[in-house]
Amino acid sequence: MPKITINGKEIEFEKGMTVLQACELADVEIPRFCYHEKLSIAGNCRMCLVEMEKSAKPIASCAMPAAEGMNIKTNTPFVEKARKGVMEFLLANHPLDCPVCDQGGECDLQDQSMYYGVDKSRFVENKRQVKEKYMGPLIKTQMTRCIHCTRCVRFATEVAGVPEIGAIGRGENMEITTYLEKAMDSELSANVIDLCPVGALTSKPYAFEARPWELKKTESVDVMDAVGSNIRVDTYNWEVKRILPRLNNDINEEWISDKTRYSCDGLLKQRLDVPYIKKNNKLQKSNWDEAVSILVEKIKTLNPDEIGGHIGDMINLENALSFKKFFSVIKSNNLEFREKNFFIDPSEKSNYIFNSSIKGIEQSDLILLIGTNPRHEATMLNARIRKVFAQKKVPIYSIGNPGDLTYDYTIIGNNTDDIKKILSNESNFSKILSSSKKPVIIIGESALELKSGKYLIEGFKKFLKNNNFINKDWNAFNFLPQNASTVGLIDLKIISKDEDKRNSFFEKLKNNQFKLLYLLGSDNLEIKKNNEFIVYQGSHGDRGAEIADLILPSAAFTEQNGLYENLEGRVQECKKASYPIGEALEDWKILNLILKALGKNENLLNFDSLRKEVLKSIPNFSKLNELPNFKDFELIDTSPYFESEEVDIKELDYFFTNAISRASKTMSECRQIKHNSKKTGTDNL
Amino acid sequence: MNFSRILKTIFLVEFISGLYMAVKELFRKSKTINYPFEKGSISPRMRGEHALRRYPNGEERCIACKLCEAVCPAQAITIESSERSDGSRKTTRYDIDMLKCIYCGLCQESCPVDAIVQGPNFEFATETREELYYNKEKLLENGDRWESVLAKNIKLDKPYR
Repeated sequence: MPKITINGKEIEFEKGMTVLQACELADVEIPRFCYHEKLSIAGNCRMCLVEMEKSAKPIASCAMPAAEGMNIKTNTPFVEKARKGVMEFLLANHPLDCPVCDQGGECDLQDQSMYYGVDKSRFVENKRQVKEKYMGPLIKTQMTRCIHCTRCVRFATEVAGVPEIGAIGRGENMEITTYLEKAMDSELSANVIDLCPVGALTSKPYAFEARPWELKKTESVDVMDAVGSNIRVDTYNWEVKRILPRLNNDINEEWISDKTRYSCDGLLKQRLDVPYIKKNNKLQKSNWDEAVSILVEKIKTLNPDEIGGHIGDMINLENALSFKKFFSVIKSNNLEFREKNFFIDPSEKSNYIFNSSIKGIEQSDLILLIGTNPRHEATMLNARIRKVFAQKKVPIYSIGNPGDLTYDYTIIGNNTDDIKKILSNESNFSKILSSSKKPVIIIGESALELKSGKYLIEGFKKFLKNNNFINKDWNAFNFLPQNASTVGLIDLKIISKDEDKRNSFFEKLKNNQFKLLYLLGSDNLEIKKNNEFIVYQGSHGDRGAEIADLILPSAAFTEQNGLYENLEGRVQECKKASYPIGEALEDWKILNLILKALGKNENLLNFDSLRKEVLKSIPNFSKLNELPNFKDFELIDTSPYFESEEVDIKELDYFFTNAISRASKTMSECRQIKHNSKKTGTDNL
Repeated sequence: MNFSRILKTIFLVEFISGLYMAVKELFRKSKTINYPFEKGSISPRMRGEHALRRYPNGEERCIACKLCEAVCPAQAITIESSERSDGSRKTTRYDIDMLKCIYCGLCQESCPVDAIVQGPNFEFATETREELYYNKEKLLENGDRWESVLAKNIKLDKPYR
C-alpha cells in the first residue's frame, strides 16, 4: 500500500483516497463544509486547506488525491492562516443571527468559527441579502445564511434522484433555489436539513421548538416501514420533538425518509389516554377496572373459536409474543397479522426475508422488481437501488408498473404469464437473468396477493436455485414486506395455519364468524363490522378505534422498549424515549391485567422473560443488529396453482400508511401537496 | 503596672476620650437611614430582581435563544419556545424560580439582546413560596415598571463591558 506522511507521521492508505481521507486515517481532523462522505466531491468551501511540501499554495485536501510520498502538514501557522482567511470570507456575508437560528448549538460554521474565526469583523460593507425560498412544508429556508457548499444540490441530484435543487447566479449573486419554488418531489427531501452545515435549510415543523442541548437523545429504530432505519429520537420532557437518522451503512446509510422523520408529531395527536367503552353507541371515558371486567366477561362467555386476534403493523416482538401467549391461555388460535391476504410460506426463514441484504444490493448486477414499488414501500431500500443505478448503471427491470422510482427501469411485463415465460426459459429475459452474476429479485406484497402468489415464490426459488443464484454467498430471492412487524411476526408464527383453505382467519372475518375481535394496534385491516364486539388496543384514535366497542390505550413505539425485525431478518432494539400518555400502558402489561382478571395468575407475563423467549424463538438468529445465519437452502418440489392475472401494484398512500402518520399534521400537509402537484409534460406519466 | 498606665487610670483619660467621641458624634450627621422610608444608593450593577425588557415599540426583546437557560448554574430558568404567527421566534413560557436563583447575573450577561436583566429592586419578599415562581407575565411587568432605571443602568455600565 502507498504511504503518505501526515504531520511527520507516516501512514499507509488505500489507493484512490483523497488527502482528507488519509488525514482521517491518521486521526487528524480537517475542518470542512462542502465535503461529505456520501456525496461527490465539490471542493468549493476551501475550509479543508492543508500544506503540501513543494507546493507554494495550500491545497484543498478534499479534492486532492493522495499520492505516494506526499508530505502533508495540517498544524502549521501557514495552514492556520489560510483557514482563518477562508473563515473570514465565509463569515463576511453570514448574518450574526445565531440566537434566533435553529441550527445554533449543532452548527458546523458556529463550531469551526470557535477555532478559526476572528473575533472582529473587518467587513464594513453591506451584508448580502437573499430572499427566502419556498421548499415545501418540511424545509424552512433562510438563504442569507447559505455558504454555498452545494451539499443539498448534490444530495438531490445524486442520492434522491430528483435534480430539483440547483444554484443560479455566480459569485456573490449565487443562490440555491428549487427553480420553480415548489416542494421537492422526493421522499428523502428532508435529509438536506441534516446535510446543511449552517442554518440555511432547517426543519419547518421543528422551527424554534427546542435547542439541541436540552433534548434527551435516544438511539432507536424506525417502524414506519420494514427497513428498520436507525434513528435517534430527541425528546423534550415526554414530547418527541424530532427524529434524526443514525449512521448505519448496512441499512439506511445516513438518510431517513420524510415519513420516518416527520410523523413524530403524530405521536402527540389523537392519542388514546384512558380506556373507552361504547355506551349508547357512543365511546365514553372509563377506567381500567371497568374496561377489563367487561372484556373478561365477554371472553368467559364466548367459545374460544369465536375469538379472533389481529396484530398491527407497528407492534414489537415482545408484545406480539405476549399476545400469542394470551391467546393460547384463552385457547384460541385465530391469530393473524396480515392486513391483506397475501401468500407467505413460514416454513423456512429465507422464504420471507430480503435475503440479498440491503447492502448486498450494491454488489448486484441486475435487479428485477416484481409487483412492488420500493419507492413507497421501502424508501431507504429504493435509495440503495438508486445508488447502484447511479454509480454502476445496473439494469433494473420490473413486472408491473410501479410509476416513477427516481431511476430508469424497463417494464418486461404486466401479467403472470410473463413470469411463467421467464421461469420456463421461454422469454429473452430468462437468458439475461441467468447470464447475470449476482441478480436481485424483489417480490412485493402486491404480487403475493395474486392467486398465483405461491407459484411466484416457488417458481422463482426453483429457477434461482437451478441457476445457482441461491447459495451460501448469494441469495437472489427477496421478499419485500411493507410493515415493520411483518418478518418478526412470521418468525413468531403468528399466522393462521389452515393450509387447505389457505386463510381461515380471513374466511372467518369475511363471514363474520368472530364474536370478539381483538385488534392489537391494528388499523389497516379491512373489517365489515356486523355484530362483533371489537376490542382495540393501541396508541392512536384511528381506524381501529373508530369501529371499536372497547378501547384499551397502550404505548406507541417511542414509549416502550421492544425488538423489531427488519426485512433482512435483522433484529434491532427500539428503545424507550418517552412515557406513555395518561393511563396508557405497555401492551404486555394490559394483557397482564386481563390475565389477572381471568384468574390465570400462573400465566402472568414478564418483559425480560418475553425478550428471552423472543430471541430464542427467532429462527436463524445470530446476534442483535446482525443478519441471520443460514446453513443450507432446501427446495421442496411442488406444483403450485397458477392463474393468468395482471400484476397490479397497489398504490400506497405513502404519507398515510399507519396510525401515527395519519395523526401527523406534517404528513397530511405533505400528502396535500403531493396530490395538488401537477405533472408536467416531461414527467413520464 | 507601669507609671503612665496608673496616671491614665487616675485621671479617667479613656473614659473622657470616649465621652468626647460620643458628644462629637451627637452633633454629626446621622449615618443610618430610616430604611423603609429612606433608601441608600445602589450601584448600576446591582443584581436584584429579574425583569424582561421590551423594545420602545412595545415588542418584547426575548428571542428564545435559551442561552440564559443554558448558562444558569442553579437551573432556575425554564423556557419553551415556538414560532409566533408572524414567523418570529418567541417564548411561549419563560419561568424563573426566584428561590433557586443565586443572583449570579450570568443570565443577564449571556443575553444577546439585553432582554433578561437583573434590576435594582431587592424588595420583593413574599409571604408564600408560590409567589416567587415568576412567569413571563410577571417578568415583563417588572420590565415595564423598571424600564427607565434598567435602561439607565445598562447605559452606565456599558463602558465597562
